[in-house]
Amino acid sequence: MRIPLRWLSEYVDLTLAPEELARRLTIAGVEVGEIISSGGEWDGIRVAEVEKVEPHPNADRLRLVTVHLGDGERHRVVCGAPNVASAQKVAFAGVGARLIDGHTGKAVALKPAVIRGVESAGMVLSEKELGISEEHEGILVLPADAPVGGPLRSVLGDVIFDLDLTPNRPDLLSILGVAREVAALTGQQVRDPSIQYEEAGGPIGGIAAVEIADADLCPRYVAALIEHVKVRESPAWMQERLVAAGMRPINNVVDITNYVMLEMGQPLHAFDFKRLRGARIVVRRARPGEKLALLDGSERELAPDMLVIADAEEAVALAGVMGGGDSEVTARTTTVLLESANFHAPGIRRTSQAFKVRTDASVRFEKGLSRQLPLIAAQRATKLMVELCGGRAARGLIDVAPVKPKDVRITLTQERLHRVLGVDLPPAQVRQVLTALGFGCRWLPPDRFVCRVPYWRTDVAIADDVIEEVARIVGYDQLPTTQLRGEIPPEAPQPARDLREIVRDSLAAAGLQEIITYSLTDLDTLGKVLEPEELATNPPLRVANPMSREFEYARTTLRHALLGTLAANAGGNAGVVALFETAKRFLPRAADLPEEIETVCAVISGRKPDRWGQATAEPAGFYDAKAVLDRLLSDLRVPACYEATADFAYLPGRTAAVVVDGRQVGLLGEVHPRVAASFGIKAGVAMLELDLDALLPHVGGPVHYQPVPAYPSLEQDLAVIVAEDVPAGRVIEVIRSFPLVREVSVFDVYRGEPVPRGRKSVAFSISYGSPQKTLTDEDVSRERGRIVARLGQELGAELRE
Amino acid sequence: MTSEIDTISAIQQAALRELAAASDLDSLDAWRIAYLGRRGRLTGVLRGLAGMPIEERRRVGAGANALKERLEAACDERRAALEEARVTQVIQEERLDVTLPGPPLPHGRLHPITQTLRDVLRAFRDMGFQVAEGPEIEWDYYNFEALRIPADHPARDMWDTLWMDFEHDGRRQMLLRTHTSPNQIRVMEHSQPPIRVVVPGKCYRFEATDPTHEWMMTQVEGLAIDAGISMADLKGTLAEFARRIFGQERRVAFRCDYFPFVEPGMELRIDCFICRGEGCRTCGRSGWIEILGAGMVHPEIIANAGYDAEKYTGFAFGLGIERIALLRHGVDDIRYFYANDLRFLRQF
Ligand SMILES: [Zn+2]
Repeated sequence: MRIPLRWLSEYVDLTLAPEELARRLTIAGVEVGEIISSGGEWDGIRVAEVEKVEPHPNADRLRLVTVHLGDGERHRVVCGAPNVASAQKVAFAGVGARLIDGHTGKAVALKPAVIRGVESAGMVLSEKELGISEEHEGILVLPADAPVGGPLRSVLGDVIFDLDLTPNRPDLLSILGVAREVAALTGQQVRDPSIQYEEAGGPIGGIAAVEIADADLCPRYVAALIEHVKVRESPAWMQERLVAAGMRPINNVVDITNYVMLEMGQPLHAFDFKRLRGARIVVRRARPGEKLALLDGSERELAPDMLVIADAEEAVALAGVMGGGDSEVTARTTTVLLESANFHAPGIRRTSQAFKVRTDASVRFEKGLSRQLPLIAAQRATKLMVELCGGRAARGLIDVAPVKPKDVRITLTQERLHRVLGVDLPPAQVRQVLTALGFGCRWLPPDRFVCRVPYWRTDVAIADDVIEEVARIVGYDQLPTTQLRGEIPPEAPQPARDLREIVRDSLAAAGLQEIITYSLTDLDTLGKVLEPEELATNPPLRVANPMSREFEYARTTLRHALLGTLAANAGGNAGVVALFETAKRFLPRAADLPEEIETVCAVISGRKPDRWGQATAEPAGFYDAKAVLDRLLSDLRVPACYEATADFAYLPGRTAAVVVDGRQVGLLGEVHPRVAASFGIKAGVAMLELDLDALLPHVGGPVHYQPVPAYPSLEQDLAVIVAEDVPAGRVIEVIRSFPLVREVSVFDVYRGEPVPRGRKSVAFSISYGSPQKTLTDEDVSRERGRIVARLGQELGAELRE
Repeated sequence: MTSEIDTISAIQQAALRELAAASDLDSLDAWRIAYLGRRGRLTGVLRGLAGMPIEERRRVGAGANALKERLEAACDERRAALEEARVTQVIQEERLDVTLPGPPLPHGRLHPITQTLRDVLRAFRDMGFQVAEGPEIEWDYYNFEALRIPADHPARDMWDTLWMDFEHDGRRQMLLRTHTSPNQIRVMEHSQPPIRVVVPGKCYRFEATDPTHEWMMTQVEGLAIDAGISMADLKGTLAEFARRIFGQERRVAFRCDYFPFVEPGMELRIDCFICRGEGCRTCGRSGWIEILGAGMVHPEIIANAGYDAEKYTGFAFGLGIERIALLRHGVDDIRYFYANDLRFLRQF
């Protein structure tokens, strides 16, 4: 909403500088988003009086104009405007004044010029040259009382507040509403505009009729009738105000409806009365299949829940949204039926959204306007039509109000005021603030205020609303500030959250960079990393109104996001790039919110660094990702094992299921080159995924301490030859099951001579120990012999000497 | 029998001569093994004592043991001198270029939004707030209806919504939550006052992106409900939060604002730490930066939770983590956060 301060000052004295006024309004909840100064660019442009107009000796269409700027300062300029005449007050730019060049848009200083042989010492300016409008045929003629020699800014300049309003305050979609706020904040009085006019015509009831058929959608309809109107341009002052407020002048009748809407906040509509069949208005729901040609030139098919304004036969306007083309006021209109009504706010919003049409009327009606406003606004507009259109008002107004509007009364206690604000305010102060805002307020000792809400404040319904009114005018910063006291609620554990945060720390500590990517994606991208059947049987949730095809589905995996980010960062990263993300995957459920599974996904790619950090030829692969995962699981104290498995996105033979207590909680492996290539990645990528919700029940609680061994360990190596398909993990399991084995780890895997083809040699470092005594070499040799025998029986292993 | 004694003195001569020639720790070790080791010359003499008559054994044994002690002492002395010389050599000849880097260790970092979120949550935890979470895909009921934003309410324009393709009763009912406020309702559904909770999470808006707008964002919702909580407590809590995050010298200011689920409603602003209140691009020339929206929980919402709305009051607030991260780090384009350019992320 644009509020020109010149217009605003008609209703309230502005006692503060614009910047300070804007600050006070903003603090009180009426946010001034921008302060626009018009006329700021008119430096050096002054008001001049035309003294003499003479013909140009060398050109018929040019004249020599002598202007006087007071104190005997006179200049003669060459002027081509047809409308220049003696005694006019005009806008004059002398030599040196800065003007905006129409071609370049830059400010340039005016130089003396010689035009057709006569020197010109400046310019008399048109509206276009001043940037006011496109008018350039003639010069701008100023009001007769403009002070000669004064800056043009003092006559035409204005300051406009562009308000960022909240949807609860439709009353502020009006200059008068803002004036009321200004008055309350600065201790001034509001001057209400006049609604007095002469009713020179016949009784309205004998000429026109109004019927409300659907009162649920139209609680009130006021109609005025003005005959003998002459449709023409509205006066300059009204056009200027409309332009300053951001509206386009049309003709005097339409301009008045817009002017009163801007002034009071009530949308109005003017019908050409002669075009209303049956001389009547019927407010009703649209008929099935009914069509209406709107003012914007579109034809709309109406739905039966939409409210229309109809004449005796057909719809002539879409109630509260837009008028129809057929009953529009034109140059030939002589009788105007003026509509000032109240409509059901949600209904207006539904209709406006269904047609994607937002108008100055609909944005006001949808916020819920006062039911008392239509009468006042109708009177105000009628008065202006009588004065500015030469019209004759019919006697009386038609006022159909199936439900009589009532004042809202609210009881506010001091106790509640204290409870909400944390402070006792003196009753006199409370009363003074509320009265300044237009509330009626009676103090009933010892504890009560009885408040009458002003009709325009449709947003105030309960005591706490009134408390906000008091607080915002007093100023939130003036109220006390305290710290919370009282009981701190008992802690509710959040194990899933805690787990995720540990995972983040562990992965970052292991050298992975955290990323955060979008939760929405598209089917093609999901199809790159998920098996087609899986995508078909478990389709992701779709967004009904996606911003773009790129963000249309709630993701059911994080794989694509990690690979996509890896691909996007490929340039300039010769070394290892390691990324992870923890986020939700969304798995649809029938007729319910989707299951949101907390997931971590990580990728590692690139060539490993040497001692200097330079990339070597050795690529990071499966075992680098596994190292990260082992570290993470060790941080979480989850005992997991790995089993070879297969998955669409991974390379067969290099894929492992992460299994905890017999249940798969994740995957680890090298990304299938086909999948990597679909993201434009040529290098090998190792990836891991964990379902944190599945992992959660296995996360260890507090560690149960094991005594530190009292007797020393003895280290011995053991190398065995097993078939290729025997996993080292199986061998370790067997070795670990022996009572004297404390620790076992692999330190070499060897293939080739003299190990036969199809077999491999795996070397283990084993630490032996006993809780009862220091082991001898003989003790260890016996245990080692038993281990070799078991490995031979169970895994076909032979000792490698 | 003197031969054994002669042998001992020969050993002594040879040992001391060779010891003097041992010029490094390795040759010292070799010397020690040669004379004092298990198969060393002196050890051989001592081992030979077993076969000697008792007199002889005593005499030769005494000499051999005395020599053993002497050689061990000489060895320790020589070792100390060599170690000393070795250190002197390192100091004098093997100086390191301390400006050379160490071998690379993998270095991962948390996303700046995670870092800022953790700092924000810690500030509230220190004030007695617990952390809870809720679903990102929500029902219209929690996101709007229960927060006093019914269908066809103009306040819905404050949150441009991404709807899921799911209709019930002819209406879209499932959405990507537009704010974390649904968790006010969810928390109240399963708890009784006193309540002090903060709920972080991702939110989504139907929004074109530009330097100050992003369609996915991270918010933190706050809720405190108890008998005796007032707007003064809300102001105090938020001021304390702002100082913890933006610095103790920060000044805060409050202005009236509107959210359908609070009454009175407010916005918290801090004095611009870039221009110190003079007015600059960051603060839009006002000298103040908007940080978050807040207010006293609407009594209707308190009553709907089944609490006594006469007795219990409370406050709620919602803040955007991206905005705080932008301000803390001086980032001038919000889109950096989810573009995941490593050249950006590795700075934090
Ligand atoms: Zn600033």
